[in-house]
Amino acid sequence: MSEKANPEFEADCIRRIQAGERQLFHELIRPCEKPVYFLLLSILRSEAEAEDAAQETAIKVYRNLHLFRGESQFRTWVLSIARNEGLARLRKVQNRREDSLDALTDDAGDFTPAILTSWREIPAEELEKKELRAIFRQAIDGLPEIYRNVVLLRDIEEMDVRETAAALGVTEGAVKVRLHRARALLQRTLAPRLKSFAPGNRNLFGRAR
Amino acid sequence: MRIDCKHVWEYISAYIDGDVEANLRAEIDNHLETCEICSAVLDSTRNVVVLVADGRVFELPAGFSDRLHARLDKELAAGK
Repeated sequence: MSEKANPEFEADCIRRIQAGERQLFHELIRPCEKPVYFLLLSILRSEAEAEDAAQETAIKVYRNLHLFRGESQFRTWVLSIARNEGLARLRKVQNRREDSLDALTDDAGDFTPAILTSWREIPAEELEKKELRAIFRQAIDGLPEIYRNVVLLRDIEEMDVRETAAALGVTEGAVKVRLHRARALLQRTLAPRLKSFAPGNRNLFGRAR
Repeated sequence: MRIDCKHVWEYISAYIDGDVEANLRAEIDNHLETCEICSAVLDSTRNVVVLVADGRVFELPAGFSDRLHARLDKELAAGK
């Protein structure tokens, strides 16, 4: 899903935008759209709110472009602006949404994986099925926020540990622990639900047994 | 050192990311060779990681990009 970061393209774009080729900003921000939206959706839990916050983030990035120093990747910088935007909005509605702030701390829990014998691998082609994509989205959606954010950046956007830590403002150790727990929780939630998508579990007519 | 299943589970994620040091990796490999349960846990977890990364799972809402760039156009035209 992620588009490869291209620091040279970005640096060149930024120079030219600052020299007056403003329209280039569209191209600069395009690869960040998806991670920005889904990070904000993860924080805000509302599609409308996440979309508005994503637009606001893009405008803030444009207005503050002169502050980008190239010390981190451009995408990392953009995502940290998105995260601040998301958290600021969350604070405003804190009374309404206490639950999501509670989820901001690492808590102890049971991260034992599901012991399974019925399947080991679901082929990627199965994702053509809307039903399977929905199962995945629900499972990720059901994760506590701190785990969901890490899965989003590490496993969905395929960002490295360092970049994820910088974008979320946490330590690299925290990224690793949270990712481990998130994957264990996903494996456990998904194991029973994926059973019917395993090749061995279908009869000749392609229906789950 | 012999490691047990619980110990292996603690390192599943790091193992998938190639982030365990050589000795421990060899211990885990040994364990996986003989432990059907752990090798199924590893395979299924790795499969989940691969499928989650598939671009088809998360798609932007229809028209999202158009609306974003339309709003940006107004900002760019304002000349800030």
